[in-house]
Amino acid sequence: MTATPEATEATPTIVLVGHGMVGQRFLEALAARGMTATHRVVVLCEEPRPAYDRVALTSYFSGKTPEDLSMTDMEFIETHGIELYVGDPAVSVDREAKKVTARSGQVFEYETLVLATGSYPFVPPVPNKDAQGCFVYRTIEDLLAIEEYAKTRTTGAVVGGGLLGLEAAGALKGLGLTSHIVEFAPRLMPVQVDEGGGAALLRTIEDMGLSVHTGVGTQEIVVDEAGAVTGMKLSDGSELATDMVVFSAGVRPRDQLARDCGLTVGERGGITVDEQCRTVSDPHVFAIGECALASDGRVYGLVAPGYEQAETAAATIAADEAEELTFTGADLSTKLKLLGVDVASFGDAHGTAEDCLDVVYSDSRAGLYKKLVIGRDGTLLGGILVGDAEAYGTLKAFTGSVPPVSPESLVLPAGAGAPVQLGPSALPDEAIICSCNNVTKGTIRGAVTDHQCTTVPEVKKCTKAGTTCGSCVKVLGQLVTAELEASGVEIDKGLCGCFSQTREELYEIVLALRINTYQDLLDRYGRDGAKGGDGCEICKPAVASIIASLAPTIGASGYVLEGEQAALQDSNDHFLANLQKNGSYSVVPRIPGGEITPEGLIVIGEIARDFGLYTKITGGQRIDMFGARVEQLPLIWTRLVDAGFESGHAYGKSLRTVKSCVGQTWCRYGVQDSVRMAIDLELRYRGLRSPHKLKSAVSGCARECAEAQSKDFGVIATSAGWNLYVGGNGGATPRHADLLAQDLSDAELIKLIDRFLMFYIRTADRLERTSTWLERIPGGLDHVRDVVVEDSLGICEELESLMTAHVAHYADEWATTINDPEKLARFVSFVNAPDTPDPVVGFVPERDQIKPDLPLLTIGHRPLEGSAQR
Amino acid sequence: MTLAPETTDLKIELQLENGWFTVCELARLLPGRGVAALLPDGRQAALFRDRSGKLYAIDNRDPFGGAAVLSRGLTGTHQGRPFVASPLLKQRFDLESGVCLDDESVRVATYEVRAS
Ligand code: SRM
Ligand SMILES: Cc1cc2nc3c(=O)[nH]c(=O)nc-3n(C[C@H](O)[C@H](O)[C@H](O)COP(=O)(O)OP(=O)(O)OC[C@H]3O[C@@H](n4cnc5c(N)ncnc54)[C@H](O)[C@@H]3O)c2cc1C
Ligand code: SF4
Ligand code: FES
Repeated sequence: MTATPEATEATPTIVLVGHGMVGQRFLEALAARGMTATHRVVVLCEEPRPAYDRVALTSYFSGKTPEDLSMTDMEFIETHGIELYVGDPAVSVDREAKKVTARSGQVFEYETLVLATGSYPFVPPVPNKDAQGCFVYRTIEDLLAIEEYAKTRTTGAVVGGGLLGLEAAGALKGLGLTSHIVEFAPRLMPVQVDEGGGAALLRTIEDMGLSVHTGVGTQEIVVDEAGAVTGMKLSDGSELATDMVVFSAGVRPRDQLARDCGLTVGERGGITVDEQCRTVSDPHVFAIGECALASDGRVYGLVAPGYEQAETAAATIAADEAEELTFTGADLSTKLKLLGVDVASFGDAHGTAEDCLDVVYSDSRAGLYKKLVIGRDGTLLGGILVGDAEAYGTLKAFTGSVPPVSPESLVLPAGAGAPVQLGPSALPDEAIICSCNNVTKGTIRGAVTDHQCTTVPEVKKCTKAGTTCGSCVKVLGQLVTAELEASGVEIDKGLCGCFSQTREELYEIVLALRINTYQDLLDRYGRDGAKGGDGCEICKPAVASIIASLAPTIGASGYVLEGEQAALQDSNDHFLANLQKNGSYSVVPRIPGGEITPEGLIVIGEIARDFGLYTKITGGQRIDMFGARVEQLPLIWTRLVDAGFESGHAYGKSLRTVKSCVGQTWCRYGVQDSVRMAIDLELRYRGLRSPHKLKSAVSGCARECAEAQSKDFGVIATSAGWNLYVGGNGGATPRHADLLAQDLSDAELIKLIDRFLMFYIRTADRLERTSTWLERIPGGLDHVRDVVVEDSLGICEELESLMTAHVAHYADEWATTINDPEKLARFVSFVNAPDTPDPVVGFVPERDQIKPDLPLLTIGHRPLEGSAQR
Repeated sequence: MTLAPETTDLKIELQLENGWFTVCELARLLPGRGVAALLPDGRQAALFRDRSGKLYAIDNRDPFGGAAVLSRGLTGTHQGRPFVASPLLKQRFDLESGVCLDDESVRVATYEVRAS
């Protein structure tokens, strides 16, 4: 909104209509070419705020504020003397007089006019489409209105099952609504995926709790007397009850301003432009972004082509002959940003090229579908990925070339015989890594070699790669690391800013030198600036865990609240309970093997009732009691300990549960006593601090009812003994465990698990589960088998004796704590008012129990990437 | 590190609008760990003490998650600045300025604090 005082009639003026994503990029492209110094630049912006990141719009619902989404730096606008009129759209253009009139009445003469008016959401012409409760999904204002309306409603429906429709439906669900998607086509995302991909996608979306109605159209919006939405009539005659409707049935170019001043527009809309983005009707007028009908006859609804058009127009206006950019078409690759669903398509996804072949891998049970389209000569032409889009960045970059490995290996899941993963280092320099910003691999390498960037954030800043949709950031990271390694820059593999050693190296130091305090370790082995300091939140719990794993051997206390150790523990370990979102805690007593007596159940029931706790059976075959205030923890645990319960370590990076099936004792198929073995194992390894949590299970026969193959160490009975599986994982990246040894006796089994766990604890990184550890360490499973079965390193005796010491020194942390008045004094909400409960911790009723009172918590969640670790 | 009980009977005090407010004995504060204090007007402060004995006080409420739990976070130093990491979603707050190191647009209130 700054007027340039020097601007005189003589200065040539560029007027930009529309300050969206593409408009902003155009301004940056002008500035980069020095045009803002020689021209007066006027921007008419219709929305009440300057350009923001529309691509990331939905992240508003996960806590991003409108300010976070802003793409416009006021300093940029000011330094370049750009006149930005916010909330003042252009209403007419007089091409003869070369003048634009804004709604405020201001008139601007132009030398060059650039239209970047974007699109508007298409709303099908059904009765009551404008009723109260009907919305579109395009601007921040739309989202604010949806959020407000949803506050008092319970159900929402989205019309349109495309990319945006799914995003909108996910957002409605995130607002706590029961959500429906109504799609006219027979499958979801019909533009991007084919039938097989649609089926896998459908399963995943339904598993997320969204109801999908495909192959039906919306015929009418049903309203009540007050005119508010109550439902919709569908083309198959059915009626869907809903409190609100969000239309997401595609977009149309906003070309009215252009039509009104006689510019040529396409049959289906869009301002017709040539390869330079100049309108075909008027050499003084350009159109870029979603309002433009490009020379290849398409209107692009993605931001990357818009950015390319912005650069092209700016270069043309600057008459920059050195550049001579043209826009002749663009790639339509997309990746859905919706949390929890991986869907991507790139290149010629539908295989329209002549003579092309498909390579398809599909597992609809697991919601996986991957298709590659390959040309006759082996060129990768395009593809579709549903359920696992890990390879998207690399595959997209390979599109148009012959990949150096067989196409099958690119789509098979890890573990299904897929050979070596194809890394981005195999890509040619011209490969586009970031398609949003058109950045090649060569440019990224250049950022590292010529511009001295050493981190991903630096490379992002330098090249703009990864700053838009974010889908290329993973590949970007791999490239930066590879480039740094190649250029001989030493990559700091240290644990954190305080230690240059890895966790494994610190473990060896602690064990070899019997160092038993964190401060001693920091002062002797910390980095120079860190010695004598306070450490950080990364190394403190990691070192505390190493010291605790080795406690009896190195002469430290095994009690995690003792002395210095109390200050090192994560908050959960510090209170021996799990922190919940409103500041209350959960309580999980150990129930070994999942076996519990009726008396035990009654005690838990009584305690939960007396303290008003929420109870739930966990996924780990035990009972969790939620909603305890910090000052109630000792009282609850006194009663649990009295009844013979002990800590379940639900809060620790340590053994969680050993699940069991009922086994031979009752089950007609069982061949061993799986319950007894599960109890034995759980009691043996309880309290063992490790790099990450440890889970186990024992099944009584090959039917595997205890799901042992999804555990860090799983045991399956055979008629001859036990089979031991290791490295399994549920959670975010499931992995089936690998068979380590067969037909073991009880004693052999336990000896092998002792060795395996101690070897893992010794060599794993912080927060590395056994599954990732097994995949990372050189030699993988074979190496582990050599070490723990064949004793190739000659360390088995030591591993066993470390475990024996742990088992012999185990003591229940809660029993110790409730008998120690000094420790108990810490279990208060307020140090100066020990009897006052924290007033922020509140509850409201739900389904006959309690739940946290969230309205009391003001701002809402804003998770930090990758940090929500227990 | 020595955690011997304090030999003095120093008290921790917070500067509020109308003077110094006594919270608790200095000995209640473990180096590297925090405690929460309830202020007369219902606000909550999180108090910390570092290894060198320096004291810090910031508002106890995590502005991201909303719960009053910052006193229960882990402390450390980042580029020479002392911080506490929220136990909810791990955002770090500078103990001297209250600014969130992971999102500088967010900050929590700070208090002057002394042992006397
Ligand atoms: C309570 C429980 C859910 C339930 O109501 O059933 C639960 C609750 C949490 N899980 Fe879980 N998980 C629970 C069983 C599971 C299971 C099922 C199982 O153990 O058989 C899994 C998949 C198996 C696995 O781990 O391989 C599971 C995989 C995870 C993961 C993903 C781990 C991974 O390697 O991908 C996390 C996140 C993490 O650890 O980083 C997680 C993290 C969490 C956290 C800590 C989330 C958080 O950061 O707050 C939750 C703590 C709740 C609390 O305060 O008590 N939880 N979680 C279950 C407790 C079991 C128990 O009795 O101890
Ligand atoms: C929820 C959502 C998710 C998306 N996700 C992706 C994605 O993952 N990947 C992707 O590539 N694309 C995505 N898109 C599309 C992407 O946002 C658009 O391609 C991009 O914003 C187009 O930029 P633009 O500048 O052409 O239009 P816009 O960003 O819409 O900007 C046009 C601006 O012009 C203004 N305007 C219109 N008429 C006038 C006038 N007469 N006077 C003044 N101003 C006017 C409008 O108010 C608007 O602010 C998504 C879009 C949405 C809504
Ligand atoms: S795993 Fe085998 S023994 Fe155990 S319950 Fe299932 S069928 Fe029975
Ligand atoms: S591909 Fe979208 S930011 Fe790089």
